[in-house]
Amino acid sequence: MNYRAIRAIYLFEMARTWRTLLQSIVSPVVSTSLYFVVFGAAIGSRITEVEGVSYGTFIVPGLVMLSVLTQSISNASFGIYFPKFAGTIYEILSAPISYFEIVIGYVGAAATKSIILGLIILATAGLFVPLHIQHPVWMLTFLVLTAVTFSLFGFIIGIWADGFEKLQMIPMLVVTPLTFLGGSFYSVNMLPSGWRTITLFNPVVYLISGFRWSFYEIADVSVGLSLGMTAGFLIACMVIVAWIFRTGYRLKN
Amino acid sequence: MSPIISVSNLSKTYGSGFKALKGINLDINRGEIFALLGPNGAGKTTLISIICGIANPSEGRVAIGGHDIIRDYRAARSMIGLVPQELHTDAFESVWATVSFSRGLFGKPKNPAHIEKVLKDLSLWDKKDNKIITLSGGMKRRVMIAKALSHEPQILFLDEPTAGVDVELRKGMWEVVRTLQASGVTIILTTHYIEEAEEMADRIGVINKGEIILIEDKATLMQKLGKKQLTLQLQSRLDAVPLALAAYNLELSDDGHAVTYDYDTKGDRTGITSLLNDLRNAGVRISDLDTRQSSLEDIFVSLVRQV
Repeated sequence: MNYRAIRAIYLFEMARTWRTLLQSIVSPVVSTSLYFVVFGAAIGSRITEVEGVSYGTFIVPGLVMLSVLTQSISNASFGIYFPKFAGTIYEILSAPISYFEIVIGYVGAAATKSIILGLIILATAGLFVPLHIQHPVWMLTFLVLTAVTFSLFGFIIGIWADGFEKLQMIPMLVVTPLTFLGGSFYSVNMLPSGWRTITLFNPVVYLISGFRWSFYEIADVSVGLSLGMTAGFLIACMVIVAWIFRTGYRLKN
Repeated sequence: MSPIISVSNLSKTYGSGFKALKGINLDINRGEIFALLGPNGAGKTTLISIICGIANPSEGRVAIGGHDIIRDYRAARSMIGLVPQELHTDAFESVWATVSFSRGLFGKPKNPAHIEKVLKDLSLWDKKDNKIITLSGGMKRRVMIAKALSHEPQILFLDEPTAGVDVELRKGMWEVVRTLQASGVTIILTTHYIEEAEEMADRIGVINKGEIILIEDKATLMQKLGKKQLTLQLQSRLDAVPLALAAYNLELSDDGHAVTYDYDTKGDRTGITSLLNDLRNAGVRISDLDTRQSSLEDIFVSLVRQV
């Protein structure tokens, strides 16, 4: 293992985060606060309770997941897309490092960044509503698993994209709708039964449900299933990344 | 001594069906400066890209210091520093950060003293804290060289190192290259500027349409293909070359005050003695003479045209 190379890529990417602190950390925190004002205070005052917890409290795990998902994808996709765009990827490809090490460096940095962000948002939420986390270890497990999985997914998008438009397309057209329809702001049980069945095809439902369970022990689907689905998606992403590097897809002629 | 780079039967066919390289065989000796010449699209960059791991070969193999570039890529790549043709740099990082990053990427432990030396050698030391985006094109080029040298490579690839660089800076870069060679680094450079190859290289390879059409010591090449030209300044104006001198294929200058004679240095007889005799017999008086060796450029142009 070329640990120094992993370290170099990781620190390089993290330096980019600190340099773009406003965009990386502050703006998601601001938008999450807005969600709290709009959904938590305005709408929440009419819904009051979902499955025994106040609406404001209920949406916290969903909001954290929303940010972690979208930020993981955008961090990781941009992280690998930019060197391709600027041409500096030549150096990565000519360095004595394995593909596995490249992925650890980029995906590790993207995931770290979104985990930090998730925790900051959680702390921000604590300013609006009282928080209690029943299973902190599981909470962290879900957080880390989701951050890593979607950073990998973002890495794939960043390699696939050959223009800024494509870089935005998947997050905008696929991920955002799935997240909003994934039970961030409501319990799937609140939907009519037909819609409920359709929702179960949405992978994000499992992530949010599992994450919410670690807070309040309430879940739309069983925790085991949540964990299984997340792990399944993680493995699928790993397989695609392995294929990309084996064939040199969009990286090497 | 075994070659430091050994390319055997290397071919590259792109997805479009374009054959960029056709069975290249090339050995690079340890410690030499090798210049690869060729017109645009000849395959220079493709060859370098494959050796450095940026493109995949279609056929054939490459070994760096005995290490296969695919099977043993770590050992092979850690010996190489690459300065590509295009100015690909980060934008917002400082010079120091980007050069240190390169060293880490190649798995070398931190060594601020070495980075300092590289930056000083390339006259970048006072710019070390500047963001790369604020630098001029020539400085960015030197930053890329600094990145390539950051991990102390034994082989340095310079793909068109002085394209778009002013004369002063070009001379400075040649100086750097010579110093590197003196410290034992093998250098492979591609160039459009033939004077650069003529000035720098120990050996010269010419590539055209994906094939190596010539590899030769520079001196031998110049000698072997070197035509010389004798120019004679005349005391009085000539309207035409006298008939008696027709066999020499002399060329009369437009003003009629000079004739030029082409001869081959590798021939046993250059014909100069008899030319001078015949000129005297024809009553032509000479005021001055000089000879000129044809440049590598002439050789190159004639080679590429032949194919």
